[in-house]
Amino acid sequence: MALELKSVAKQVDGEVHIHPTDLTLAPGSFNVLLGTTLSGKTTLMQLMAGLERPTSGQIWFDGRDVTGVSVQKRNVSMVYQQFINYPNLSVYANIASPLKLARIDKAEINRRVMEMAELMRLTPMLDRRPSELSGGQQQRTAMARALVKDADLVLLDEPLANLDFKLREELRDELPRLFADRNCIAVYATTEPMEALLFGGNTATLHEGRVTQFGPTMESYQHPRDLISAQVFSEPPMNAAKVTKQGGEFLLGDSIRWQADASTVALADGSYRLGVRPHRVTIRPDGAQPVAIRGHVRIAELSGSESTVHFDLSGNDWVSLSTGVHDFDIGAEAEFHMDVSRAMYFDDAGHLVGAAGGRSD
Amino acid sequence: MRTRWLIPTVYIIFLMLPIYWLLNMSFKTTNEILGGLTLWPQTFTLENYITIFSDPTWYMGYVNSLIYVSLNTVISVAVALPAAYAFSRYRFLGDKHVFFWLLTNRMAPAAVFALPFFQLYSAVGLFDTHLAVALAHTLFNIPLAVWILEGFMSGVPKELDETAYIDGHSFWSFFIRIFMPTIAAGIGVAMFFCFMFSWVELLLAKTLTSVEAKPIAATMTRTASTSGYELGLLAAAGVLTIVPGAFVIYFVRNYIAKGFALGRV
Repeated sequence: MALELKSVAKQVDGEVHIHPTDLTLAPGSFNVLLGTTLSGKTTLMQLMAGLERPTSGQIWFDGRDVTGVSVQKRNVSMVYQQFINYPNLSVYANIASPLKLARIDKAEINRRVMEMAELMRLTPMLDRRPSELSGGQQQRTAMARALVKDADLVLLDEPLANLDFKLREELRDELPRLFADRNCIAVYATTEPMEALLFGGNTATLHEGRVTQFGPTMESYQHPRDLISAQVFSEPPMNAAKVTKQGGEFLLGDSIRWQADASTVALADGSYRLGVRPHRVTIRPDGAQPVAIRGHVRIAELSGSESTVHFDLSGNDWVSLSTGVHDFDIGAEAEFHMDVSRAMYFDDAGHLVGAAGGRSD
Repeated sequence: MRTRWLIPTVYIIFLMLPIYWLLNMSFKTTNEILGGLTLWPQTFTLENYITIFSDPTWYMGYVNSLIYVSLNTVISVAVALPAAYAFSRYRFLGDKHVFFWLLTNRMAPAAVFALPFFQLYSAVGLFDTHLAVALAHTLFNIPLAVWILEGFMSGVPKELDETAYIDGHSFWSFFIRIFMPTIAAGIGVAMFFCFMFSWVELLLAKTLTSVEAKPIAATMTRTASTSGYELGLLAAAGVLTIVPGAFVIYFVRNYIAKGFALGRV
């Protein structure tokens, strides 16, 4: 029941949308496609569903080549970012639609629709039209339709992106429960690293039509294979800067220096890219090996409990994320502390060569 | 601001005056119309209307017009639906040029086509049939319908199509059972415009018919020259010609408003 992409590629009018991709999704697994807008998440999902034919490569399902099989004959379902329902049908008819087309008998359809409506808390709205529902209810209708037919592959393309904050939280909590006792492959596309971490499962990071890394979510987060994967899997974006290793010391700019630790001391002398996640750059010294850095404050965003400060560090745009509310004067120089015990080092090609403490988070 | 009622009132009087005058004339005798200026009928008569409803040369004009207009509306929208879908959903070689070329058909005066159509339809034996006029009018109405429908269809996200395929709909099942109800307002607007243009078009309808499929507008122009002036009768015919249009507008007025909101009509 596994879904396999075998060097699947997609080009449109000579433009590469998906680079040759190999991916195997295990049965019963929850997989997150993580990437920015236009990174190719939707195209990849359309290829998986069979809505688009790959330019080259094959798609196998359950040990069978399904590359040329039309979407109607594959047992897939999909939920979109926009709330897509049939506007001329009632909520009940919307949910029943895939079952009706599969020629399941009426009593069975009724039983399954009612059960799904109960699960999605849509029971009081079954006679209404989708346009008479709130955004959250519309999206739950779309999800009910996707789940009611017991598809082998359920694709969710940023299903929560158009919902307001509260509804998003609510549906996000419900999702793992909905998939818990299903033996389908779920694929969930999102732009938010936080969602990937919440859902667990596996995560594939996408960048410009390329899957840069695929593996268990925590694994991908803590051991990014390269700078791009690490940057995709970090919100706010990961801080990067050029550093030089000399002897047992790293040097950033002219004056910032710190000792290499046990897992990075073996790196050859030369230049590297340093990566530090924003929450490891704090206003007060924090962590095992804080190093003081100074920069001019560009933007300071204060939310109720956190301060996000953008500052300039020798020509690089850095972000610091600290708990507590701190006041900053825009343009003034301020001191921050980065915890290099959680830093990552990448070579010139962007591959991870060393992570302090053996991991980074 | 005590005079703010003035401008709209003047405007409405200005708009309604010719229609009132027509209505006024239709209830007068021809003698009274020619006799002098009267603001309302001095000798009220329904004679004009009775003549129209009892004389086949008159009422068959309406029947003929309604037949070819309905035929034209059905053909135009039926052909325009798949065409508009193609323009809204697919990109193909020269799609924008073809779309524009379709619209340019509307820009040529009907007179340009009168002679070739007359010759052509006579040659294939369609002259003086309802189908001839209906087909001739599709030249103007299909491009218009395609243009209107394309606007409405592009307002429907293509994810709806995909969802339907994923649920198991075939293309035609999706198109007829899901897509057409979704753009019902657009179909209503397109039908309205096809109906209107075909109903008011005179030149081609007159050129392509003689007796069997003679439209009401042609009947009106011809009667004026046969038995002297029958102005009362003509006015009554004019009033009756406005009625179907008014009916159709009444039924689709909400759809038209929607069409304007979508920026295509």
